Amino acid sequence: MEYFLQLFFGGLSRGSVYALIALGYTMVYGIIELINFAHGEIYMIGAFMGLIVAGVLTALGWPALSILAIALVVSVLYSAAYGYTVEKIAYKPLRSAPRLAPLISAIGMSILLQNYIMLAQTPDFLPFPRLIPELAFMEPVSNYLGTSDMFIIVTSLVVMVALTLFIKFTRMGKAMRATAQNRKMAMLVGVNVDQVISVTFIIGSSLAAVGGVLIAAHVGQINFAIGFLAGIKAFTAAVLGGIGSIPGAVLGGLVLGWTESFATGYVSSDYEDVFAFLLLVVILIFRPAGLLGKQRAQKV
Amino acid sequence: MAQANPIQHPTQHVIQHVKQAFVAAIWLAFLTLPIMVIRVDTVEKTVTWRWMNLAYMALGSFVLALAWYCMMERRDQSQARKDLETVERDSALSRFLSDPRFAKPLMAFGLLVAAGFPWFFSMYQTNILVSALIYVVLGLGLNITVGLAGLLDLGYVAFYAVGAYTYALLNHHFQLGFWTVLPLGAVLGAFFGILLGFPVLRLRGDYLAIVTLGFGQIIRLVLENWSAFSFGPSGISNIDRPGLFGITYSVEQATTYMYYIMLALVLLTIFVTARLKDSRIGRAWLALREDEIACQAMGIDNTRAKLMAFSLGATLAALMGVVFAAKTTFINPASFTFMESAMILAIVVLGGMGSVLGVILGAFLLMLLPEYLRAFSEYRMLIFGFTMVLIMVFRPQGLVRAKRKVYKINVEQAG
Repeated sequence: MEYFLQLFFGGLSRGSVYALIALGYTMVYGIIELINFAHGEIYMIGAFMGLIVAGVLTALGWPALSILAIALVVSVLYSAAYGYTVEKIAYKPLRSAPRLAPLISAIGMSILLQNYIMLAQTPDFLPFPRLIPELAFMEPVSNYLGTSDMFIIVTSLVVMVALTLFIKFTRMGKAMRATAQNRKMAMLVGVNVDQVISVTFIIGSSLAAVGGVLIAAHVGQINFAIGFLAGIKAFTAAVLGGIGSIPGAVLGGLVLGWTESFATGYVSSDYEDVFAFLLLVVILIFRPAGLLGKQRAQKV
Repeated sequence: MAQANPIQHPTQHVIQHVKQAFVAAIWLAFLTLPIMVIRVDTVEKTVTWRWMNLAYMALGSFVLALAWYCMMERRDQSQARKDLETVERDSALSRFLSDPRFAKPLMAFGLLVAAGFPWFFSMYQTNILVSALIYVVLGLGLNITVGLAGLLDLGYVAFYAVGAYTYALLNHHFQLGFWTVLPLGAVLGAFFGILLGFPVLRLRGDYLAIVTLGFGQIIRLVLENWSAFSFGPSGISNIDRPGLFGITYSVEQATTYMYYIMLALVLLTIFVTARLKDSRIGRAWLALREDEIACQAMGIDNTRAKLMAFSLGATLAALMGVVFAAKTTFINPASFTFMESAMILAIVVLGGMGSVLGVILGAFLLMLLPEYLRAFSEYRMLIFGFTMVLIMVFRPQGLVRAKRKVYKINVEQAG
């Protein structure tokens, strides 16, 4: 039972991070129908910003938890700025281009950002300081739920609730939903679509940065290439849940996290990623629009 | 007399661009500040500050941004002009290339150069060209799936891996030669294409893309982890080069021989794809790409057309896999990553989707560019990524726009 719980919570924390990144994919896709391949790189940049802030502040001798808080804030701000800039350079000029053009531009951007970090920082793995201390009150459950897992789960939950409230109740959230439904109509009723797209990128990038810092603090090391696999997995999660759907991304992330966790725990750790992709293929074959995606009738 | 002049003076434009570029440079310098300047060592708890990088970054981005804004203006102007014209104008390049007066001698010249290449250039150059030719065929194969039939396949490299491992394993265990395995690999590729094609036919657009991506990953991960079958990440070495009636030859001659095999395969592929494009099935693919429902309503069997596209693309990829294994004599799963699929897709899109000539140009550009950028070794992938973005922004339809075959009816004669 303890082993099961360990896998359960491990999968939950892993799934929450997938969900955080997947939200960025799904929101961008919902609005401009683009697989933002550079999104995984934004997550990686978030982790690096966290590392830099943490490195500077530990050198100055600050306490761990305050460093974590500052690292989170700074990395969210910077990643948001990166997301915004990437959109302005690589996607905005391509609004009216053929459908595959922004995709290729996104792949180019992803290569560019990876190499930029590799050259400006280092190609090696960097150790990430332990920012999340073992809390005393977590002692009784520490066998299956570590403090860092708990931290990830709680933070993701808070962020997701905040996002839901933002989308549901603010003016901007309403504009985003309108743009996702029908961009042209939204434009006609006076929604500033360019602004909505920018905000979408900013929010998506911020969520990815939160995920990046949390997972880096949890795993303990990062390098310039971590964004790629995380990005693909998160995109898988987004598709799994039904791309464009926000609850779908969360559900997809959790399902993916649990699948990986249980499959590695009970079957074999070599095929962790294979299970993730097999799950995707199987679900899409039986529910071609994802778990929560709407099965829309085709219009002629 | 001082009236607001609606047409701005050119120098005013330049001043405006300089201002914009200045703002962009400050923004980019701010953006890259922590990552370019600070370097932390979390073990030793030391911080290195590299302020000079900031200056380089600001200066570099100012120049780039200035060029960017000037080119952007030109792009928008030509866009506006194009909107006014009713008939689409071809670019000078494609007009030049489609004119039979120039195209025929140009083609003959190209063939002549291609035929004599290994005699005039070093083995190193020939080797690079062989890789480029492999990518030409891969590009043309993916062009069938993506460019003609409009099925976005992000796991194309899986079929390439299937071909390469078919040859490597059969050669390792049963000592089968290149020429025996070549058709076998093609058949196996087609089989895998259909195998993947069946379940994914119901999916459309991006779902198809992600499932093919997943499939590509699965194949690579299985190859990496199932050591008993594929020898794991260490790969298979000492694969035989292609045989030539039992004659033994040196490495240099082998490269030349490989080159001619590749050249023949490229010509065959060009011929086949160019003919396919105007055939019944080729036009069914185009219809499928434009509108699936309308296509079905016109009596085209969607399932069959899609499967054909998938398996034909897969066949070409598997063929190239066999050639690749024979050329390098060593393969491992690291050659078949997603980046490879992305590269082949970039060849197709960059060259111009659906255009055979464009794909050839794209393959040469993308394969030779990183090769000759080795002088900037560290920066080459950075430049490569940036070039991809730039080409897409300033020429999203690709280098050569695909042209549909047009049937002209002379009205005066008919009437």
